[in-house]
Amino acid sequence: MSQHLSPEQTIGAPQDWHFESLLRLADTSLILGHRLSEWTGKAPTLEEELAMANVALDLVGQSRALYTRAGEIEGKGRTEDQLAYLRDTHDFRNLLIVEKENGDYAVTIARQVLYSAFAMPFYEALTGSADDVLAGIAAKAVKEYTYHLRHGSEWLVRFGDGTEESHERAQDALDTLWMYTGEMFEMDAVDQAALATGVGVDRAALKSQWDATINEVLAMATLKRPADGWMISGSRTGTHTEHLGHILAQMQFLQRAYPGQSW
Amino acid sequence: MTGGMNNASDIMTIDLDLHRARVAAAAVLDPEIPVLTVEDMGILRDVCRDADGTINVVITPTYSGCPAMTVIAMEIETALLKAGFDKAQVTLVQSPAWTTDWLTDQAREKLRAYGIAPPEKGAASASKRALFAEDHVACPKCGSDDTERVSEFGSTACKALYRCRACREPFDYFKCI
Repeated sequence: MSQHLSPEQTIGAPQDWHFESLLRLADTSLILGHRLSEWTGKAPTLEEELAMANVALDLVGQSRALYTRAGEIEGKGRTEDQLAYLRDTHDFRNLLIVEKENGDYAVTIARQVLYSAFAMPFYEALTGSADDVLAGIAAKAVKEYTYHLRHGSEWLVRFGDGTEESHERAQDALDTLWMYTGEMFEMDAVDQAALATGVGVDRAALKSQWDATINEVLAMATLKRPADGWMISGSRTGTHTEHLGHILAQMQFLQRAYPGQSW
Repeated sequence: MTGGMNNASDIMTIDLDLHRARVAAAAVLDPEIPVLTVEDMGILRDVCRDADGTINVVITPTYSGCPAMTVIAMEIETALLKAGFDKAQVTLVQSPAWTTDWLTDQAREKLRAYGIAPPEKGAASASKRALFAEDHVACPKCGSDDTERVSEFGSTACKALYRCRACREPFDYFKCI
């Protein structure tokens, strides 16, 4: 990795912020993947059962590759499994929006649209990362987010343009989730260091593209774009909502109770 | 793919063992679509020999979370073992990202004969951007273009569920990515 920053400008050693920035991506994919997998067995229709399982599989697959890369960069020999199963809530760096409870199907779909509309251009930009492995993972991920966004958008249009009740529920979902969207575009010192060396990308610069996608989908769905107000954040410092602990309790139970157990 | 030739470009001799290893690896079938080999699928990227003589088979996943990859890797190792190569390993590479454009023409015909509508050639990049696009797919059973999508997601990550309005048969479509 080439170093364009002086030591004073970086936060810690290069492997620290590089590791940290990979962890954010891996955790976000894993937690959203886990959330979507919770629909298995109880999705509203058989087709959506398949959709949720498939999308969850993509996300968990991405997280595996990202954790493996993060472990390599960290250089302490931690594996994908150790990173996923043996860290506590305050060590997790996933965006808060993905740990929100699934709610009704409108909430799940609204979250899919809000996040995928960010993830698609984000991973597209990452295909040019100076980290070749990350660029490779991103090239695959961008194809997947393209149809995640399409799937979510089609449903949001059906809900918004459907019955009075489906419209109301979709609007409620958007209104509830809106304050979680600001965090996606935040640039802190880790992001700045990653951007400066070409490993990461400028999240803030993706906002206009995200706005355009969201406006297009909401217009078709006859839904109102919520007003930008206070935006919640905290995932970067490990400050999470009450929901993450519950996810980890379920997801990590086996490895915590039977360390090193494998299928 | 350059697997049939020796890696050292200054020696232009054909490495017969490596060729045999390649043939053995290439014949492994996709466990989820058992009419296609890993070569037909375009997921077999390279077969080479490491400095210590280990046969290294390089494959790439179709989708990030494709559960078939572990089985495919095991079956390639088994196939090489049966062919007499006891030192073999399978490496997974992410880049360049797999695309349905890598499916061979032969693979597309095999899919159609198996009842799965093959992905349109060269459509992977074209369909990428469209937010509300739907692929137009011909029925693999009767050939009619009068088909409709039932679900974008099907029995495996790579397939969507379609229905033919002409012959009324449901069928799988191998999605373009």
